Amino acid sequence: MDDESRRLATLICAAPLPAGETVLLGHGGGGRLTSDLIRDLFLPAFDSAALARLDDQAIVSVNGCRLAFTTDSFVVKPLFFPGGDIGSLAVHGTVNDLAMGGARPLFLSAAFIIEEGFSMQELRRIVGSLRDAAREASVEVVTGDTKVVEQGSGDGLFINTSGIGLVPPGLSLSCNQAKPGDHVLLSGPIGDHGMAIMAQREGLEFESTIHSDSAALHGLVAEMLKATDKIRCMRDPTRGGLASALNEIAGQSRVGIELDEGSIPIHEQVRAACELLGLDPMYVANEGKLVAIVAEGAEQVLLQGMRGHSLGREARVIGSVKREHPGLVTMRTPLGTTRIVDMLAGDQLPRIC
Amino acid sequence: MRYVDEYRDQNIALALASEIARRTTRDWVLMEICGGQTHTIMRYGLDELLPARIQLVHGPGCPVCVTPLETIDKAIELASRPEVTLVSYGDMLRVPGSHSDLFHVKAAGGDVRIVYSPMDAVKMAAAEPQRKIVFFAVGFETTAPANAMSAWQARRLGLENFFLLTAHVLVPPAIRLLLRSPQNRVQGFIAPGHVCTIMGYQEYEELARESRVPFVVGGFEPVDLLESVAMLVAQLEDGRAVVENQYARSVSYRGNTAAQQIMELVFEVCDRKWRGLGMIPQSGLRLRPVFARHDAERVFGLEEITSPEPPECISAQILQGLKRPHECPAFAARCTPKNPLGAGMVSAEGACAAYYQYRRHVPPVSRIENG
Repeated sequence: MDDESRRLATLICAAPLPAGETVLLGHGGGGRLTSDLIRDLFLPAFDSAALARLDDQAIVSVNGCRLAFTTDSFVVKPLFFPGGDIGSLAVHGTVNDLAMGGARPLFLSAAFIIEEGFSMQELRRIVGSLRDAAREASVEVVTGDTKVVEQGSGDGLFINTSGIGLVPPGLSLSCNQAKPGDHVLLSGPIGDHGMAIMAQREGLEFESTIHSDSAALHGLVAEMLKATDKIRCMRDPTRGGLASALNEIAGQSRVGIELDEGSIPIHEQVRAACELLGLDPMYVANEGKLVAIVAEGAEQVLLQGMRGHSLGREARVIGSVKREHPGLVTMRTPLGTTRIVDMLAGDQLPRIC
Repeated sequence: MRYVDEYRDQNIALALASEIARRTTRDWVLMEICGGQTHTIMRYGLDELLPARIQLVHGPGCPVCVTPLETIDKAIELASRPEVTLVSYGDMLRVPGSHSDLFHVKAAGGDVRIVYSPMDAVKMAAAEPQRKIVFFAVGFETTAPANAMSAWQARRLGLENFFLLTAHVLVPPAIRLLLRSPQNRVQGFIAPGHVCTIMGYQEYEELARESRVPFVVGGFEPVDLLESVAMLVAQLEDGRAVVENQYARSVSYRGNTAAQQIMELVFEVCDRKWRGLGMIPQSGLRLRPVFARHDAERVFGLEEITSPEPPECISAQILQGLKRPHECPAFAARCTPKNPLGAGMVSAEGACAAYYQYRRHVPPVSRIENG
């Protein structure tokens, strides 16, 4: 190709951007860009069967004992929000990743990356909240790390937590196990965490404040495992929301998932905030909800089990697993029509009008 | 939620669908002009509820989609300059220019910020006098008043570091072009409710008179759109061609006159190129000369470049209602939201992207007969 035609080619090529050459914010959004990055860069680099399962936690065997192991970094802004702060979130996020594998969470690590100039009082408050959340979840913070970066090199405070838990013998939950006929259960209303953060950031005020749902889910999970042994997998729909979590399950299990739009609970003020900001609650983050796939016939007993726990009181069956449209999540609208609930490319962006 | 739930009500929607089926005796091609309306039609599958004799085609009313590549390239060039902060509505960031997009510029260190209101950009200019704040003023008549207000405020406050990169477009000239085309097949229009909230609907009466085509000013919820279709079908079946207002809870005949005044004060009408449609005379807004020192194109001396569209893209035909997205051979194959070839696929509100996002699982011709 000569220079002129090369120049023309770059001019004509309207779009295909080499997302490969630069890391974009969207690579951390939990949508398709994140999946691509994991598939193309991280998975090939670390040749590990446990990693390749792409669940929220790795399950590894040590001397016949099955351990769940996970790690998560917390970069939430603002650090304090209605319903929690970065400290409690750092416990709940990691505990929940362990719980989604059916594990009983035992130990956490906590690493703090602090920007020079950060308020000692705020740090004390956050550490106190992390301690309280760990105590409440009956997990012990057993190791940690502290780094301070120069002013301008961080954003106040980042926290990383890793966690270890024990998986009960014989239990195997994984997102590649959904089968046609299975039911999809959701533990409660979606979008609370993400909209609590957005409302705070945008200075939105409603009649009642939107509170984050940030909570440790392992107690609920223990009740669910008691109720039935027919659970195929669980996910906590954090970044990317319910839509992304279900798309991942549909993709990994090579099945279709059909949801009933009218059955998905959303708090009124979350709906209102989403309408106002042009966001779809299906893609908004949750920090205290889970979605479970369960074999046909076991859904009612599981539902009863979930509703008996304070964090599952509003649990619902929201859809089922289908043979049709493998890899796609579809939704039956209240009008009787269907539509796709796609994975987002990157972050959800407010629309212009 | 009031003003939302009743407009998504299943019983009302289905009753309107049967009313449409009952009234329809001939084939009619209808166009919803606004991208927000297209988005609702696809999201709720409203086309599935209509009789086969009604075909909905999708108009040019997605401002992100019709912003020319050249303008996006200019925004990218500005955002790449170290002294510039480029401020934009969120959905412009993902739109690819000739060789990059604003997300990539941001990742490479460019100062790109998302706001909900151009007034936030004015506040930035006041708070950060050392930065050159450029607001990417895109959109139809809907966003023009707020953008005009930002320039007016900046001038009043003497903010020499506030600029607008203007790519405003106007709906009626594009619809006139479409109606005058010998190939036109659109027989009735759902006029854009948000645009008419600002402008009223006098301009559409001229169009209806000139071309003997009915217009219904429509809202954005499923019931709004079905009711608009019902009103259009009633006019067409009765042989009438006037402008009716379905979206009366928001739109008045004269519109928002205060908003029109600020637009008039700040902007003047100019010729404007539309992505996918080409140059349309008197179809854009630019800053008046008195605001020249806030006009990014003049101040930064941006070079005029031309960026041809890929020949494979049929967005010109789609934006004129001559074809629908799934009738394009590149749809969902070589052209996807991740790798868009042209106008309709670049924004979530573009017709092609809406088809891709919500409806690629159903074969294009499947429809429920409501006979």
